[in-house]
Amino acid sequence: MPQTIIEKIWNQHVVDQQEGAPAILAIDLHLVHEVTSPQAFTGLRSRGLKVRRPDRTVATADHSIPTTPRTLPIADEMAAAQVKQLEANCAEFGVPLHGWESPNQGIVHVIGPELGLTQPGATIVCGDSHTATHGAFGALAFGIGTSEVEMVLATQCLLQRKPKTFLVRVDGTLRPGVSAKDIILALIARIGVGGGTGHVFEYAGSAIRALSMEERMTICNMSIEGGARAGLVAPDETTFAYLKGRPHAPQGADWDAAVARWRTLASDEGATYDKEIVIDANTLEPMVTYGTNPGMGLPISGTIPNPADEADPAAARALTRALEYMDLHAGDSIIGRPVNTVFIGSCTNGRISDLRLAANVLKGHTVAKGVRVMVVPGSADVKRQAEREGLDTIFRDAGADWREAGCSMCIAMNGDQLAPGEYAISTSNRNFEGRQGKGGRTFLASPLTAAATALTGVIADPRTLPGINR
Amino acid sequence: MAAPKVGTFTTGLVPLPAENVDTDQIVPARYLKVVDKAGLADALFHDWRFEADGTKKSPPFVIDEPRYAGHGILVAGDNFGTGSSREHAPWALSAFGIKAIFSTSFADIFKSNALKNGILPIVLPAPLHATLMQIAKEDLAATVTIDLASASMTTPNGATHAFPIDAFSQKMLLEGLDELDYIRTQSDKIVAHEAAHPGTINTLQPNAPR
Repeated sequence: MPQTIIEKIWNQHVVDQQEGAPAILAIDLHLVHEVTSPQAFTGLRSRGLKVRRPDRTVATADHSIPTTPRTLPIADEMAAAQVKQLEANCAEFGVPLHGWESPNQGIVHVIGPELGLTQPGATIVCGDSHTATHGAFGALAFGIGTSEVEMVLATQCLLQRKPKTFLVRVDGTLRPGVSAKDIILALIARIGVGGGTGHVFEYAGSAIRALSMEERMTICNMSIEGGARAGLVAPDETTFAYLKGRPHAPQGADWDAAVARWRTLASDEGATYDKEIVIDANTLEPMVTYGTNPGMGLPISGTIPNPADEADPAAARALTRALEYMDLHAGDSIIGRPVNTVFIGSCTNGRISDLRLAANVLKGHTVAKGVRVMVVPGSADVKRQAEREGLDTIFRDAGADWREAGCSMCIAMNGDQLAPGEYAISTSNRNFEGRQGKGGRTFLASPLTAAATALTGVIADPRTLPGINR
Repeated sequence: MAAPKVGTFTTGLVPLPAENVDTDQIVPARYLKVVDKAGLADALFHDWRFEADGTKKSPPFVIDEPRYAGHGILVAGDNFGTGSSREHAPWALSAFGIKAIFSTSFADIFKSNALKNGILPIVLPAPLHATLMQIAKEDLAATVTIDLASASMTTPNGATHAFPIDAFSQKMLLEGLDELDYIRTQSDKIVAHEAAHPGTINTLQPNAPR
């Protein structure tokens, strides 16, 4: 029977399946960070257990660390204690750590691919819902809770039920000024934040095939925002070209054998899915969210929807509340809304190609007066590469703030945050109430849209930028 | 760490008629800097409950209303727990005294985390959910009895309704069994699977220079 890539990876990793119980699923790579792991290590200690496979486990500090120069200490005592705890836990249990001062440090979902640890056909987990990012390589990658972090540390396995499958086919060609971020925001706007619950997305179609690995990561990253724990893209030549020669990728004959195996992962002709949706890339516009969940997004030329037009009373209530929080009014255009802050970074859009796009827009210009523009590279490696290319100078000359790598204002745990009532346009993944600082208000958008907005101080359509043809 | 054990309990309802309640509302991220599980009761729904100076809002957020004090079932809107994987969400709910949540659906990771902490995420058909939401708002003395062994609940009018829960989670919670212990009973199979699937990922040893 023809199988999807999701079923193939699943079947290759089932260790045991008892009647009426979830499967015991083998995990190939476990990514660990400072925020969701301390209680898991404490659990191991109290049970007298070891980390079963330190060679399949890797840690970094990303969520709570400052993005100020690394020469400064971590000022927040709780964050400092958490990072110290991670260092102590990794030392005690033999887990390799790319600590906050390491040249390999970075957002966990940025460094996995960079180091070549993220590989096709693998099962990958992390105590972080954006683990789906790694699905871009044709891996089954998903976020887990801290109890599950402890299970994987102890056994390199998890209890899981076989997920349902959801084909997201994106056909056609993106118009200039429209990018991967707009594809995923458009998908979530269509299916809603619960649309993929219980499912794993497979992204396919000519528009997906045409994307770079970094663009595919942007899309897979936000699978959870559509309710799906995981989302993936079958590996192809683009995948192999990205991985070849990376530090932890197989080399020589091992590489050839691995690629041959990876080529068999693609979904079989005639494989069926539990759900399907088709999106026409030709018709997509840049997307911006206006509300307080990532499903509340609209094409940038659109207007804020009216709760009175919602047939479902619960949806009308949610929209009313969201507009109240955002202080936006039905019928208003989203273009031209003023912002206080522009945030460019995160595991969604903090990779080198994202920074190049933003720098290209800002080059030779100055950001709008009174607007704070923060550029936070996704990893120390991304930062070095950007500096080799002179992007840091472009950002600084434009009046933007060039920071050290971390999650930063995506989750606002580290002091990088909005003041109450402030607006940000952000290349991150969540616009929940207070996500970027208590009382802060977030518009999610692509790096191009964010950079265009940085120049004007109001939400701007990147298709109006010189050099981008409509 | 003892696994949670759940049997039969009777408690009141708290109405939270909001859709898509996300984990950043359940526990804002700035409360995730803890290295243990204790003391999260005040972090629960923090920004909906407290003013900037730390005093409780007036009028108070629903879970702080004296008339709902001690009520252990949250009746929430659709897709409760959307967002992050933070297990701090069920830790905080549990610390506050929430034992079950009624909704019409739950986000996957939240549901998994809740069950591991002895909180029952109970999916109800829309009409019954609407009825119980109404009762939660209007009848403060109303209680619901949940019996996990029979996977059923008795509503304030005396009617009994079955609710869905997978047989494995039900057994684990009834007997207070631990999932990690369960996996460890299959260690031989894990060893055999690893031998048959050596894989190409090694975090300790790079194959090429950076």
